[in-house]
Amino acid sequence: MANTTSFKVAEPAAATTPETDFEVRSLDTMCVNESHLKHPWWYNLKYSLVGIFFGITFVKAEIISWYRIQEMFRLESFHMYGVIGTAVAVGALSVFLIKKWRIKTIYGEPITFHPKTFNKGQIFGGLLFGFGWAMTGACPGPLFAQVGTGATVILVTILSAIAGTWVYGYFRDRLPH
Amino acid sequence: MEFLTQPWPWWTAGIIIGLTVPALLILGNKHFGLSSNFRHICAACLPANIKFFQYDWKKETWNFFFVGGIVAGAAIAAFLLKNPDPIQIHPDLAGDLASYGVTRVEGLVPADLFSWDNLLTLRGLLLMIGGGFLVGFGTRYAGGCTSGHAIMGLSTLQWPSLVATIFFMAGGFLMANLILPYILAL
Repeated sequence: MANTTSFKVAEPAAATTPETDFEVRSLDTMCVNESHLKHPWWYNLKYSLVGIFFGITFVKAEIISWYRIQEMFRLESFHMYGVIGTAVAVGALSVFLIKKWRIKTIYGEPITFHPKTFNKGQIFGGLLFGFGWAMTGACPGPLFAQVGTGATVILVTILSAIAGTWVYGYFRDRLPH
Repeated sequence: MEFLTQPWPWWTAGIIIGLTVPALLILGNKHFGLSSNFRHICAACLPANIKFFQYDWKKETWNFFFVGGIVAGAAIAAFLLKNPDPIQIHPDLAGDLASYGVTRVEGLVPADLFSWDNLLTLRGLLLMIGGGFLVGFGTRYAGGCTSGHAIMGLSTLQWPSLVATIFFMAGGFLMANLILPYILAL
């Protein structure tokens, strides 16, 4: 039979791997792929294009600057508060309009949101990440961008962050949540 | 071209970063969040029978493409749209850093702290390896980072994300003002 469609609808993840689905979505409702569509790999290049604009902005507005992060935490500059505040305002307005007008994806899928549940990890993990943020002067996105600007040693920091995530996964059941 | 090479004001950056949220949603129902890439790399490379890493990471490869774009975009900005002037640093911060011997301002990260030469000094190990570990451990423990919680979470009005953001900031304030001076003095 001729393959007439460019993509096919995959089985909903919940139907095949309920336990994994819970694991991914209970404590980490963000940062996951909500789409059930299966596309060839090069469909993902559109996300690279968004990433390019995002990366240029990171560097040109000095969001990935270690100095700007220190100034934020030392209350010496309004810059980062302005960036994050504006981003949240624009993001919230966009989400409001997406919900209000029931905007769909470019493939016609409905856009879905999931309520996040509170757990103590947001306190303990939040504090630990805050420490790391002030030390490295970067959160995860900026770490990758710093490598792009030629600070290749930050690859070591990224490897260490991957190790930190792995160690969290290993001890997860024994940590308070 | 002048406005492209000069540092961009906060509101320009805020608008572009804010628009990333609807862009990813409309392009494919993708939720903005970067720290999960560390988890996907663990799941892809070293799941080691840990339940937390047993999931279909291949469904999340879009995020690797997004990160690849960030690296490319950062390179474009740093090499093609390079700011010809030295970076402006608040005089109090510059003064404090100078007292710890951190004076070289060549890029967006201080070369006297973050460089291959400093990697094996005590200060370098703590900042690069220790700091990186805390970023990876803390973001996953908190269930997200600045993008997933502070921007995506607050944009969707999730109160647990507000808690997380408050503690990100609290940790940062404690580190930058009370602990970091001791590390820099090493």
